[in-house]
Amino acid sequence: MIRLRQLVAASSKDLQILLAVVAILALVPLGVSRFTLSVATAALIFALAGIGWNVLSGFAGQFSFGHAAYFGLGAYTVAVTFTRYSISPWVGLVLGGLVAAIFGLLAGWISFRFGLKGAYFALATFAFAELLRLTFNNFDYVGASIGITIPLAGGDSWSSLQFEDTPEIRYFVALALVALGILAVIAVKRSRIGSRMLAVREDEEAAASLGINPLRAKLFAISISGFITAVAGGYYAMFLMFVDSDLVFGPFISVAILLRPIVGGVGTIWGPVVGAAVLSILGEVTRSLVRDPPSILQAIEGVNGLDQVIFGVILVVVIIRAPDGVLGWFRRFRKRDGV
Amino acid sequence: MSTILEVKGATKRFGGLTALRDISLDVVEGEILGVIGPNGAGKTTLFNLISGAIPPDEGQVVFDGERIDQLAPYVIADRGLVRTFQIVKPFGGLTVFENVLVAAFLRRSDPIEASAHASSILEYVGLAAFADRQSKGLTLAGRKRLELARTLATDPKVLLLDEVLAGLTPTEGAEMVTLVKAIRDGGVTVVVIEHVMAAIMALSDRIAVIHHGELLAVGLPTDIAKDPKVVEAYLGKEFHIAPD
Amino acid sequence: MRGRSRTAAWAGLVVVVAVAVPQSAWWDMNHTVFAQAVVSGLLIGGVYSLVAMGLSLVFGVLDIINFAHGALMTIAIYASYLLFQNYGLDPYLSLFITIPLMFIIGVGIQRFAINPVMDAPVHNQLLLTLGIAIIIENLALVLFTGTPRSIELAYARNEFDLGVVTLDFPLRLFGAVVSLPKLIAFLVALLLAGALYLLIQRTQLGAAIRASAQEPEGAELVGIDVDRIYMITFGVGAACVGAAGSLVLPFLFVSPTAGATFTIIAFVVVVLGGMGSIPGALVGGLVIGLTQELTQLFVPGSTKFLGVFVVFLAVLLFRPEGILGRVRR
Repeated sequence: MIRLRQLVAASSKDLQILLAVVAILALVPLGVSRFTLSVATAALIFALAGIGWNVLSGFAGQFSFGHAAYFGLGAYTVAVTFTRYSISPWVGLVLGGLVAAIFGLLAGWISFRFGLKGAYFALATFAFAELLRLTFNNFDYVGASIGITIPLAGGDSWSSLQFEDTPEIRYFVALALVALGILAVIAVKRSRIGSRMLAVREDEEAAASLGINPLRAKLFAISISGFITAVAGGYYAMFLMFVDSDLVFGPFISVAILLRPIVGGVGTIWGPVVGAAVLSILGEVTRSLVRDPPSILQAIEGVNGLDQVIFGVILVVVIIRAPDGVLGWFRRFRKRDGV
Repeated sequence: MSTILEVKGATKRFGGLTALRDISLDVVEGEILGVIGPNGAGKTTLFNLISGAIPPDEGQVVFDGERIDQLAPYVIADRGLVRTFQIVKPFGGLTVFENVLVAAFLRRSDPIEASAHASSILEYVGLAAFADRQSKGLTLAGRKRLELARTLATDPKVLLLDEVLAGLTPTEGAEMVTLVKAIRDGGVTVVVIEHVMAAIMALSDRIAVIHHGELLAVGLPTDIAKDPKVVEAYLGKEFHIAPD
Repeated sequence: MRGRSRTAAWAGLVVVVAVAVPQSAWWDMNHTVFAQAVVSGLLIGGVYSLVAMGLSLVFGVLDIINFAHGALMTIAIYASYLLFQNYGLDPYLSLFITIPLMFIIGVGIQRFAINPVMDAPVHNQLLLTLGIAIIIENLALVLFTGTPRSIELAYARNEFDLGVVTLDFPLRLFGAVVSLPKLIAFLVALLLAGALYLLIQRTQLGAAIRASAQEPEGAELVGIDVDRIYMITFGVGAACVGAAGSLVLPFLFVSPTAGATFTIIAFVVVVLGGMGSIPGALVGGLVIGLTQELTQLFVPGSTKFLGVFVVFLAVLLFRPEGILGRVRR
């Protein structure tokens, strides 16, 4: 019975951390430039995408190198339903999530049913994303290679999710979505299905010997994962006011999505958010250095691609020195056990 | 005294090698059945067959009145027949508690109920103090105990224990034997593969001897010890079983 | 249908198609286009084979899926480009520089970046090579900007008198156009493929490599320095893709992402041919080259990679060990 109290206390601890983090992040819009605020908003969007990725790859242990598939499906669903059918993007977000979840079930069923694991599964996820990218690039209904431009309604509008006059609200909505994502993850992790995903990640055979259907656990994971990432993609569409196949389905997006949880700590609740924070700060520092370098570094002024180089270096260093990410490093530091 | 698990004429071949040949075995509800035999005799293959890891080439496995030999392992486990592994398989990245919690979720979908059940199982097997430890940090004895705890948390009817004493010190082994007996007394039928002769003779109600994939003899431990076929095949011509 | 009879059925189908198609009206109308597709497909397929061989070798020996493979090609392309632009060095001559250069770079990468993660989980290895790819490609972007460049070989349209026959480039073969650079790329790629095969199968180094691939512990016991073999193998893999870089320079646009396409193609080829199989990479490369060109022919308006990815998924699902590969999941 002692453990029981601890369990309830543990999840209320998670909730307390959530409240604290939300409170801190809610302060960001104060006194920052419009540009920095939009960077922060983008960071939140990719944090959410990473939260989704983490469910499949971190909790269930099935590494995905093609999560752009879900991101893009979410983005396109919102763009198409809004521009062609005047459906509110709020609804579009949910629809996009459902579309992605269904796609995940299909792609996942095909992959898992055929026993794909590890590197082969990763390659398959990449192939699925590329197939979507190439298909959407050729499909006139979704704008083919021109993409879809979302018209500006002008001013603010809650129903059409556009906040031209108050980017703060756009930021807060993103923050709310991230909070919802974290809540979902907390709930999943405590639940029966979450427990089963972890077991399947650790040892599929042992999990099966305890009555767990590995295929079912993985399918659950991929659909939840796809849903969350698609919501991020859908919001991104409204953020950019533009979707394009190469942009939302591209390998660059898949990498961006997985980079945050990896840097923050795969398989942890807060990893994607921590990673997003670290990377966006680093990204901004680099970008401002490139825009306006001190005299010693004059050569890098206006140079394109330097931030990506730094991201690459970070990825390499993290994998070699701290594969459990920032949070994993802290945990080892404090020698606590248990997640 | 009903039969809860039956193996009927099971045969399994791997390429040219016949691992199990026409094995027929009944397991009585509530007993501890020991399975012994030299290395490579087919004991673990038999377990793999029963638990659904591999299908028989011929024959059937009937559990609780229903055929299970074509079912997936997780279905069989769900029906109440669970096993441990010769080389233990803990969920290394999870804590001891989380390991048992996974299993507790089989019969309970509510996290609080499942947690409570997992806690009580940990107390029962004596691992409560290690609940928050990383499972990969446990000693071998601890991990074997954990594997046992996991299977118990599924409220099984039949438990297949694959060499649960291997690698343990005599003291640890004795503790494990006490635990297995308590489990049986709690209503679980146990089938044990073991090499440690004295332990399995003392522990089992009946013994089945497998040699070269065939069932050599089944019976009470004292009878098996005296059976000349068994003595010759497994124990050596001059071996005598010391009384308990 | 089992094994032999299934192969016979496929062979029969191919023969029927090969005989019936040229008789048809479709052929009369389209055979030049078809021939062009086949010829182009085979020519580029040779280069794909070379690239894929390096990747397959690395996987077969180090058990690593190298996402940075195409990025290494990018280095070679830019190196050849610079040698051509600044020193007028013919790309086919710069092979003598890029091959050893890429070998050294490959050894360095294995020693300092890959070796630390040899025992890490697969996904970490993938992420590491991915990170290396990101670094290389974006360094190229930083140093050379994204503007695509190209070179023109002065003699690409010349006549060559070989005594027995005069070759007037671009050649006309069965109605298809064969350009000199592509032909040379194809021939040299096959040559290097053969050289690689000989290296692996007939030399002592090759024997050491094969031993390290199959049984690293056993190899150590007989005195093979397996760590050194890993470095050398990765270097050889990089050299392969480096050679390919010089070979494609005359007919490809030079840009930071030039090699990235080849990474993807190389993966498809390697999975198709079988991870770790060099002959498989050869066959797979030609098949993928053909798939690429023929898809564009039969599915107009699609990008050439559509067919490639469909093949990729099909192989992953139905025969992940590839045509000639060992079963390994």
